[in-house]
Amino acid sequence: MDGIDNIAIASIVMAGLTMAIGSIGPAIGEAWALSKAMSAIAQQPDEAGTITRTLFVGLAMIESVAIYCFVISIILIFANPFWNYMVLKAG
Amino acid sequence: MEISPDLIVFFKIGGFNISATIVFTWIVMGLLIITAWLSTRRLNVEPPISRWQNLLEIIVTYIREQIREITLQQPDRYLPFLGTLFLFIAVSNLLAIVPGYSPPTGSLSTTAALAICVFLAVPVYGITQNGFIGYLRHYSQPTVFMIPFHIINELSRTLSMAVRLFGNIMSGSMILAILLSITPLFVPIVMEVLGMLIGLVQAYIFAVLATVYIASAARVHE
Repeated sequence: MDGIDNIAIASIVMAGLTMAIGSIGPAIGEAWALSKAMSAIAQQPDEAGTITRTLFVGLAMIESVAIYCFVISIILIFANPFWNYMVLKAG
Repeated sequence: MEISPDLIVFFKIGGFNISATIVFTWIVMGLLIITAWLSTRRLNVEPPISRWQNLLEIIVTYIREQIREITLQQPDRYLPFLGTLFLFIAVSNLLAIVPGYSPPTGSLSTTAALAICVFLAVPVYGITQNGFIGYLRHYSQPTVFMIPFHIINELSRTLSMAVRLFGNIMSGSMILAILLSITPLFVPIVMEVLGMLIGLVQAYIFAVLATVYIASAARVHE
């Protein structure tokens, strides 16, 4: 077990954990926003257009947190700088 | 599996790598320009209008209505910039159904360039609307101590716009590539349809966020 194995294990485990933990918050937030928007549309069906537009923009802003986590885990798997450094040093 | 179309190099001119991002960006630009030029050659006011003119009129009218509803101002000043942003992102995402095409918005370079355009357009519209002093004054609202936070806000929202568009489009093509290796028969088609929906929604969201930022800077202070 030398350094490069530790880096591989840590990268893979952390890529999974980043997605798992990082998607909890946005999931709860999006469900909350959607349920509020549903009840708002049920109360005022005339404003459905405005509510839907605001909902989409808000959902995109909440979802960007999960997207950041996704980008981090993709970097850890496909473009890991520490892994590249160790490979460069070994080879 | 390529993480970004920047890494696919088609050919070299001088010292520059002409990557797939540049090639497909120029294809999208050419497609938009040629379509607009062909369909606006013979414009009619009278009822027998061509179907392409009809399509463009629907798009332009819809974008104008959306800008008017969001900014509560006259949309004509904002229409060229925001309409171009929306149409470019939407077309480059929707063309993903063409085989061999990889969306240029799936590269962080393209989305960062688009976000920097919005970052620069905010002070341009704000200064033309309120004057230089009037635009700088909104940084010190409500107190002078808010100046660093306003600056951090401008930088971080530019970064978040770029990473959001990049992450959504890149994740779509990445999921498609993974599914093609697991269940290649039917499931990738469903995910392709979902990816097109996400691409259109992301184009809409990018344009709406740009509209909101520009409109908040160009608001008429009384």
